[in-house]
Amino acid sequence: MFKYVMRRLFQMIPVFLGVTLMLFVLRIPGLLPGDPIQLIVGERELTPALRAEIEEKNHLNEPLHIQYGYYVGGLLQGDLGESYQKSRPVTEILGDKFPNTFRLAFAAILVEIIVGVLAGIISAVKQYSFWDVLVTLSTSVLVSVPVFWLGMLLQMFFGIKLKEWTGGSVFLPISGMGNPPDFVHLILPAITLASVSTAYVARIMRSQMLEAMGQDYIRTAMAKGLTERAVVFKHALKNALIPVVTYIGIDLGALMGGAILTESVFSWPGVGREIYLAVLQRDWPVVMGGVVVVVVIVMFVNLLVDISYAALDPRIRYGGAAE
Amino acid sequence: MNGRKKKAGVPFAQAGEPVDAGGHLLKDERPGAVAIPGAADIPASRKTRTLAGDAWLRLRKNKLAIAGLVWLVFIAVMTISADLWVPEFFADPTSTEFEGLEPPSAAHPFGTDRIGRDVFSRVVYGARPSLSVGVLAVSISLVLGLIFGALSGYYGGLLDSFIMRTADVFFAFPYMLFTIALLAVLGPGLQNVFIAIGILGWPSIARVFRSSILSVKETEYVDAARAMGASDLRIMSRHILPNAIAPIIVYGTMSIGGAIITEAALSYLGMGVQAPTPSWGSMLSEAKALMTAAPWLTIWPGFAILTTVLSFVLMGDGMRDALDVKMKD
Repeated sequence: MFKYVMRRLFQMIPVFLGVTLMLFVLRIPGLLPGDPIQLIVGERELTPALRAEIEEKNHLNEPLHIQYGYYVGGLLQGDLGESYQKSRPVTEILGDKFPNTFRLAFAAILVEIIVGVLAGIISAVKQYSFWDVLVTLSTSVLVSVPVFWLGMLLQMFFGIKLKEWTGGSVFLPISGMGNPPDFVHLILPAITLASVSTAYVARIMRSQMLEAMGQDYIRTAMAKGLTERAVVFKHALKNALIPVVTYIGIDLGALMGGAILTESVFSWPGVGREIYLAVLQRDWPVVMGGVVVVVVIVMFVNLLVDISYAALDPRIRYGGAAE
Repeated sequence: MNGRKKKAGVPFAQAGEPVDAGGHLLKDERPGAVAIPGAADIPASRKTRTLAGDAWLRLRKNKLAIAGLVWLVFIAVMTISADLWVPEFFADPTSTEFEGLEPPSAAHPFGTDRIGRDVFSRVVYGARPSLSVGVLAVSISLVLGLIFGALSGYYGGLLDSFIMRTADVFFAFPYMLFTIALLAVLGPGLQNVFIAIGILGWPSIARVFRSSILSVKETEYVDAARAMGASDLRIMSRHILPNAIAPIIVYGTMSIGGAIITEAALSYLGMGVQAPTPSWGSMLSEAKALMTAAPWLTIWPGFAILTTVLSFVLMGDGMRDALDVKMKD
């Protein structure tokens, strides 16, 4: 196990370097529209002396490979540079936003688990019933819905129309997190963010359940007179859950990296929206730093998911053997 | 892959019984004979059975896939021929001659927008960027993916490791963030959306193609071709590609839907198609401030995206079954 984790960590190094290299290439002056020095200077008058000072401070006058060295060196020390627009360290800006993104991500995962897993189980246990058809059709539709449009529709019905119909007494908030942050502000963004993945969870759950229900040990359990409920929940579900848990784990990693569209639609102050706004303002340190942190989080969550396989499924053990 | 195998010893047909080109019985009713689904549908004049012909016969039976296909053909014909219908049947999509924010009526089936443009016409014209991004971006991914996948799978070794590690780097990026960062560099606009989505799509195609190549590479017929002195390029294009292409077709069809959603999202965020060219995503972005006053502005462009993407998904599902491709759900 230890060996496996170490090997995976080593495999991350080239990927991490590749990601930083790619981001660095995107950042090379001349490739990006806008002069970074002008952005840093802002309203102040740009004198040659000031330009030289800023170039010196940001190592912009060095050859590219030295600049890359400074960049990666800074990253490894947890220094993501300073925002052009806000004159604050990027780590501070992201530090403010990540808790909000995590909040939304965990709420969305909860929706996926509850709705997706239940829908998948019902669909499989009552195969070809009305519920099965309903679940199968709605998952096809859900994976085709653009999330931002779904968000807008939810805002329209639960935020605006419901308020009109009930004379302003019953409705769900459609923007921000509330002050102080509360549960009701979380409902619509969480449903929107979870929509596509919930459909996938339901599909995977259904096909895994159907496969598990066809196994010999299920027939044996039935034959020895167990109730259907016991067979479904004690025998089939346990075995069918593993791929679902994997999918949800990987999705958690993706969601923790922020959700640009959902966060934009609901004005949710998360990392995705922050990076998107930084792109619009050409605030490159925030964009680059944000993407690097997100990539690292995704990689580590994926590693944790792979490790947890072994805990869930005793058949899988990571030793020195090949994968 | 092919459900109907020609075998020696199949009995010759009696007059009036359905036969194939060689005069063999298609419906073999001897005890123990394997029923051949769809065999009776094949007209007697069919000479050869190609992969495409086979797939089409099976796809035809999938009602949902055909519904998707019909809907897509309808949208494509509408949007390509749209210029012919202006201004007799519907308005010019950029003309602002009408009353602003009119609800749907006979004259404007989808209403009008804030500055008096006909929404129906804009939805029809909005299919142009969506469909062209879908097809062109996926084509770019396909070309890159097939080349890198072939190099990786066929030659293996160091080249394989390099290409696959590069693919890992692409996979490590969150998709939407990467697209936006790339567009920030390239600048907004439809052409750059093609490029960005196209570039980001190759690693998945390369992986799928690489694994199909690996499964075909060691077969006897490839060995035989090599023994006969065929060049690498010939082996790849004549022997490996036709046998490894099915998963690529399925994956490509499904990716078109994904590319359309991405284009809509980018235009919604203001980084894709620029005004005044109509696109579904930018229409939704304009609708944001008017959700209470003019809900039709939100409903119709989104409905257009949903049905178009759903059609590609259903077609992809249908093709997967028709081509008998095993894929992880």
